[in-house]
Amino acid sequence: MAHSAAAATTQYNYDIIKKFALMALLWGLLGMSAGTYIAAELAFPFLNFDIAEITFGRLRPVHTTLVIFGFGGSALFATSYYVVQRTCQARLASDWMANLTFWGWQLSVLIGIIGYVNGITEGKEYAEFPWYVDLLITVTWVLYLLVFVMTLMRRSQPHIYVANWFYLAFILATAILHVFRNLSVPVGLFNTTSYSLYSGVQDAMVQWWYGHNAVGFFLTAAFLGMMYYFVPKQAGRPIYSYRLSIIHFWALSFMYMWVGGHHLHWTALPDWASSLAAAFSIMLLLPSWGGMINGIMTLSGAWEKLRTDPIMLFLITALSFYGMSTFEGPMMSLKSVNALSHYTDWTVGHVHSGALGWVAMISFGSFYHLIPRLWETRLYSVKLVYVHFWLATIGIVLYIASMWVSGIGQGLMLRAFDDYGNLAYTFIESVVFMHWPLVVRMIGGMFFVSGVVVMAVNVTMTIRNAKLEQAALEAKIAAKLAKAGA
Amino acid sequence: MKLSHESIEINAGLMIVLTLIAISIGGLVEIVPLYYIKDTIEKVDGVRPYTPLEQRGRDIYIREGCYTCHSQMIRPFRDEHMRYGHYSLAAESKYDHPFQWGSKRTGPDLGRVGRKYSNAWHTQHLNNPRDVVPESIMPNYPWLLRNELDYADVADRMRALKVVGVPYSETEEEYLANVDQFGATMAEQFDINRAELSLLAQAQSEDWDGDRSRLTEMDALVAYLQVLGTMVDFTQYDEGYFAEFR
Repeated sequence: MAHSAAAATTQYNYDIIKKFALMALLWGLLGMSAGTYIAAELAFPFLNFDIAEITFGRLRPVHTTLVIFGFGGSALFATSYYVVQRTCQARLASDWMANLTFWGWQLSVLIGIIGYVNGITEGKEYAEFPWYVDLLITVTWVLYLLVFVMTLMRRSQPHIYVANWFYLAFILATAILHVFRNLSVPVGLFNTTSYSLYSGVQDAMVQWWYGHNAVGFFLTAAFLGMMYYFVPKQAGRPIYSYRLSIIHFWALSFMYMWVGGHHLHWTALPDWASSLAAAFSIMLLLPSWGGMINGIMTLSGAWEKLRTDPIMLFLITALSFYGMSTFEGPMMSLKSVNALSHYTDWTVGHVHSGALGWVAMISFGSFYHLIPRLWETRLYSVKLVYVHFWLATIGIVLYIASMWVSGIGQGLMLRAFDDYGNLAYTFIESVVFMHWPLVVRMIGGMFFVSGVVVMAVNVTMTIRNAKLEQAALEAKIAAKLAKAGA
Repeated sequence: MKLSHESIEINAGLMIVLTLIAISIGGLVEIVPLYYIKDTIEKVDGVRPYTPLEQRGRDIYIREGCYTCHSQMIRPFRDEHMRYGHYSLAAESKYDHPFQWGSKRTGPDLGRVGRKYSNAWHTQHLNNPRDVVPESIMPNYPWLLRNELDYADVADRMRALKVVGVPYSETEEEYLANVDQFGATMAEQFDINRAELSLLAQAQSEDWDGDRSRLTEMDALVAYLQVLGTMVDFTQYDEGYFAEFR
């Protein structure tokens, strides 16, 4: 056992995976803390402290960028480099190119968030990076594609494993989305501002084509790639249905790109475009649930693992939240529902049931599987994994429930009329109503972040133990060698 | 050769090509026609580019991330009509690079906030929202009054916007075309060669932030807020006219 593990570290490039995994945790901790802080600012506005750099408007992109690109992105780099090497039984094609993707990506995130707090932003949700960071990301992404595809080419199997299809689709789609969303003209070579190539209604459509597919490919397809490797591995069983994964892959890839327009219901976007988007959103339920069923049913015959293995608990709960939010999403894309939910906290809650419940949970589960293997040791504490699981789950439930109350409540108040046909409430009355839900949401966030702190402790101790074990082993070998020499 | 999924699974190149095809169709079908279907943007008079001062105000609006809490897109519902006014037209944001329709209303929609409140109200509200709306949860923006407006690069900004399609003028010919389309007063404002002068003139034209002796970021932001949703005169159009474009 020890022998094969030692061989793995030389056969594969684990160093790059370790770096990305640790950065994912660091960005995750920072990004989720930033999220909790801005949640607190909404509940208690004095927390803005009249400091420009930390006002809600500037910190919100810091939060979204850190969790999506810092945490999510680094987690995807880490797991995709791991999965592609393991399933192809080949070492990464190029160590230096992989290293460049690491530095390019981390630098992009860092320059991005330093810019946001100083007011440097393009003002497009989830694409706030200024033009020079967009260029850096483009170069990094091309290198990523090259490393990934060149490694696929080196595979010792004829077949490309299904997890890699999803990672590949994610890399390709993200490249297209990133480039076309960020086409803009800089004010000058030394000016941080650039103006979007598109305007008004076209800019809106491009934005949500980008924005929703950041969800579809960055936060869904890629994490499904993660799911397709780590769920069968942790369960010790093959994926439930090979056929289902084929259908679900192509249907998901094709349909997701159509649905962005549902963010623009009832706006100045022509009806044909948003109706088309709504139709595809509803159809998308099928491949989404196909993926969920494929993942969950992989555990069939081994359900007892849910009682004995907290890592499995993370993975299966993640899939359950995935199923829930991919049901809620199509429902919210119905025009009549959207008329109420749009512009309210319901959307925020929906995003977080996906982001916390699906993306973060599947990543945590995968990391708990991955980290002991990378450092060739055992987890420091399985009990702490349970603690993390419950902190995270309680946090998510508080978050989603409070956002339903806040969002649906505000939506209903704003459309209420009195007996004379006048508006029943002023806008500010709905803001007052939202106070307590916003407080509960903040508490939910605190639960979730404290779970991540527990994970950070567990991972740190695991790595420390690995180093101690390694040192002990080396001392033992040295002693033996010395003895043999004498 | 039998056609099966296996032929894709063993060929990375084929998989890349087919994936690219699968993911390209949706975006192409939904985005490209928006440039070619004539009814996408309503035929309406009055919509014009932003003046240099308004554009600098818009830059500040984006810098502060106002779009994270405020929309600029009124929907065609009775309650929104009563609360904010006529629903927003596509035409009204055709010079917006980038668009700022927003996706969340933690605060109210700003699509037609222009001229609903006085300049003094906006200045006071931005400086400390709770001075005028006690229950507000909006942050204070006291630095807008402290910071001098930087307009050194305003001509460069207009030049970049011209490249992406905003009809600011640089040549005499372009200027005359703007006189035709927007009238002489506005055409002067859209002339890049006179950008700084126009900006200063508009800053002096009204008491934006309560102190004419200084040109602050507040001046620019208030000037921008005051023009939002005011360009189209809806009394000119029959009820139902705009519905034909939807």
